[in-house]
Amino acid sequence: MDARTQEFVEYVQGGGQVETGDWMPDEYRAKLIKFIEMHGNSELMGVLPEREWILRAPTLQRKLALTAKVQDEVGHSQLIYRVVEDLGKPRAACLQDLVDGKSKFHNVFHYPTKTWGDVGVIAWLVDAAAIISQKALLKCSYAPYARIMKKICWEESFHILHGRDVILTLMNGKDEQRALVQEALDRWWGPLMTFHGTAIAADEDPMVYWRIKSQGNEEARQQFLDGYVPQIWELGLTVPDTELRKNDDGVWEYSEPDWDELKRVVTGHGPMTAERLEFRRRLLEQEAWVRDVVLAEAA
Amino acid sequence: MIFEVFRQERRGQPFAHAGSVDAPDLEFAEAWAREQYGRRQESEALWVVPREAVREVHDFPDELNKTYHRVDGYSLKAKLKEARERAGTAAP
Repeated sequence: MDARTQEFVEYVQGGGQVETGDWMPDEYRAKLIKFIEMHGNSELMGVLPEREWILRAPTLQRKLALTAKVQDEVGHSQLIYRVVEDLGKPRAACLQDLVDGKSKFHNVFHYPTKTWGDVGVIAWLVDAAAIISQKALLKCSYAPYARIMKKICWEESFHILHGRDVILTLMNGKDEQRALVQEALDRWWGPLMTFHGTAIAADEDPMVYWRIKSQGNEEARQQFLDGYVPQIWELGLTVPDTELRKNDDGVWEYSEPDWDELKRVVTGHGPMTAERLEFRRRLLEQEAWVRDVVLAEAA
Repeated sequence: MIFEVFRQERRGQPFAHAGSVDAPDLEFAEAWAREQYGRRQESEALWVVPREAVREVHDFPDELNKTYHRVDGYSLKAKLKEARERAGTAAP
């Protein structure tokens, strides 16, 4: 490692932040692009499972809230792709790589949304897991990314409340509705437990090394369990893991999550991967004329 | 074209950089900025500025170490102690 890179590493590890125009090692730039692009992809792909329920929402209020959430997430992807663009990869290239299956998006967005219970579980627990990662990104060494995370976290907190409200309403309803939530939770628990990634030690995690992330994967998962398992239990719901318990030292124990499934899903072999990427590809083509007209008029 | 967006949270507060939007012209940029930073009434006002119009300035050298125009140039503790001793008073 050359002296300039060494100095850069010490700077970011000491809490220093980097701006767009600053010098940065190529490896850091490449890691940033990959990480932030995947985040942008996830925001964009993450609206598809929920989109399917806009027309089937049980009340007008729910329909409006869900539409607002979808708008928020698409807005996040726009902000995030802007950050990637300033690092050197154009948005059009990000979208092309996404639909070509060359880049990744988060595991939880590869699964189907079978019932209205899924909509509640996604908005409450998937967003809760996401906000834990995103809050840790407020300290990201790349300042433009850290700055937009403020707005993103602020909007995510509305999503969690919306999701919890959906779940509470169902839990206060009939037995069929409570069963609907339990069934959704049973299906989502596995993906939630792999969401933060394998328990790689923070000091071996290249994202932590460059201070792109400041939190280890297991630390994030423990925070999720600590914050949300009690909230799940207090509603009379069962977490589908007989090994799940909090030890006296405050650490949550759980059954080994299915890491093979995580790998399969994020490499493009999830139950809904092909269908959702095809949908995104079709939209990209269908809407090309809008971009052409807007750019032609402005020219 | 890239436009930088600065946002004022409450009247009287400074405008702070919020992010940027990609738009073909200023009118579109305003529409994007409104959607991104104003649709929940979270902003009092926005400045939407073409990126080229922003001049970035860095590096403010102080070769002469001019401490006389900064507060850290004035360490009064010892002098105050001496002055109090001369006047025969204690710290208020």
